[in-house]
Amino acid sequence: MSSITITGVRKTFAAQSVLRGIDLEIGDGEFVSFIGHSGCGKSTLLNVVGGLLAADEGTVLLDGVPVTGPGPDRAMVFQNYSLLPRLSLRANVREAVRSARRDWDRATVDEHVERYLTAVGLWPHRDKRPHQVSGGMAQRCAVARAFAVGPKTMLLDEPFGALDALTRARLQEQLVHLWESESETETILMVTHGLDEAILLSDRIVVMANPPGPSIREIIDVPIARPRDRASIVKDPVYAEIQARLEALLAHDRVSVS
Amino acid sequence: MTKIASTSGGAAPPETEAAVPVAGLDDVQAAPAAPSGTSESPSAVVTARAERAGAAGRRRMLRVLGSTARTLGYALAGLLIFGIGWHFASASSELPGPKDGLGALKTLLSDPFYDLGPNDKGVGLRVYISLKSVFTGFLLAALVGVPFGMALGSSKVAWQTFNPLVQVLRPVSPLAWYPIWLTILKDTPHAVVTVIFITALWPIILNTASGVAEVPHDQKNVALVFRFSRLTYVRHVLLPNAMPSIVSGLRLSMGVAWMVLVAVEMLSAQPGIGGFAWESYNTGNLHDTEAAIILIGVVGLLLDTVLLRLARRAAVQEVRT
Repeated sequence: MSSITITGVRKTFAAQSVLRGIDLEIGDGEFVSFIGHSGCGKSTLLNVVGGLLAADEGTVLLDGVPVTGPGPDRAMVFQNYSLLPRLSLRANVREAVRSARRDWDRATVDEHVERYLTAVGLWPHRDKRPHQVSGGMAQRCAVARAFAVGPKTMLLDEPFGALDALTRARLQEQLVHLWESESETETILMVTHGLDEAILLSDRIVVMANPPGPSIREIIDVPIARPRDRASIVKDPVYAEIQARLEALLAHDRVSVS
Repeated sequence: MTKIASTSGGAAPPETEAAVPVAGLDDVQAAPAAPSGTSESPSAVVTARAERAGAAGRRRMLRVLGSTARTLGYALAGLLIFGIGWHFASASSELPGPKDGLGALKTLLSDPFYDLGPNDKGVGLRVYISLKSVFTGFLLAALVGVPFGMALGSSKVAWQTFNPLVQVLRPVSPLAWYPIWLTILKDTPHAVVTVIFITALWPIILNTASGVAEVPHDQKNVALVFRFSRLTYVRHVLLPNAMPSIVSGLRLSMGVAWMVLVAVEMLSAQPGIGGFAWESYNTGNLHDTEAAIILIGVVGLLLDTVLLRLARRAAVQEVRT
């Protein structure tokens, strides 16, 4: 089980009301994307769910239990890879698993480290340091690190934003693959700037808006069957419909801000 | 839990393909060792390639030699300009000229380690005494300054409490402290070391604090999300990220410490190399003062070179995008 209930969450930074009363129910096993212009608070919301930020008002319930801080049940992937610079890829994953899961014995830790580094194709590169690999490999390692702690919920903050298109496509596939099959992870929340990415990956897309309107502008369902194929999905009439809707919403928001 | 499908890991990452070396004229060092693209390529091609690589290697060596010679040439020209200025300055005053100064240095270096009592030692021994004072003060400053700087950089309360104090004390010439330390310690060598300690302390504290304060936000979040223990955080997040800044603080403080040491030795008539420069002046032997200045400069340069090496090694390398 891994459902998330967000009720009346508000957050203000320096007189700027970033989150203006968020109410959102995310079901077990859902993949939800958050999209919107810079400053709309999508990353802030993710950090509140992750427990890195405390909301000024409102609650976040995880399977009915209020979130009070970060925990291994909600692993995060950040935009800038944020691997520890002095550790090898394997040590990066191992250190995270060991810290997050202190009750796991050594064999379990090692097994998880190997499984997820293998799953993202990095096992042959396990002894390299972050500066010796490309950005794509670094981010794959960050994804492996997040999955390896066995979280029920995965929070991704623009995970593929800094990558080139080909690398991004491969990472998206690996992410879906990990989510659908071998991992303990059931629910994924992802902040993104990419409309295509959001439609390809999500069950629902939460479109967020800048002040002064409500934070959540619209929630769009993506009723396209899985497994989804990058090449054929764009020919789906539903795809075009959603894309047009997203573009209209985001364009409108840009106008209302200026 | 299902087995891992080979599809996810099976596709060879393109990053590995980029690692195949391309034999080009600029890659002469890699080219002979690189596996030839096709194993059945005719040996004649291989030989030709090796010859080309050899020729390119010779050309590259010549190029490197040429640029080294140029660099040295410019440096010598700079020294020559300085020497000419020195020569003319000495011609119109009582100052000994470059020949006298360098001659004195040669004489001093011919027997650097004799020891005929506290005021009559070889310059090697004097440099050794000075280095001992500098390193003692410097190490004490590092032992105190790095942890203190870490506390300042990571705690807002500590920063607000101590930063104003540091800012007031920092601009004070470390020499101004000398009477204080002499009064407290009642021992000249100890007071000298303490002056060096104070000298080196401020840059170490401030650089450490700024390095610690600038640990990337994402890395702190990683530590929070994966619930790193305090020890793991310090070891794997704080220290590696702050290290370049810490080491540059150490380098900075060593530079200032060496300068201040000469001054405080002059002030306190210590037997080190700075004291020697002053003593030589007092006995009317300016040749030796000039020799001491050259020696002080060379030792300072060596100290900086060592610490610069250290700083380069400590630099965090970024992930390529």
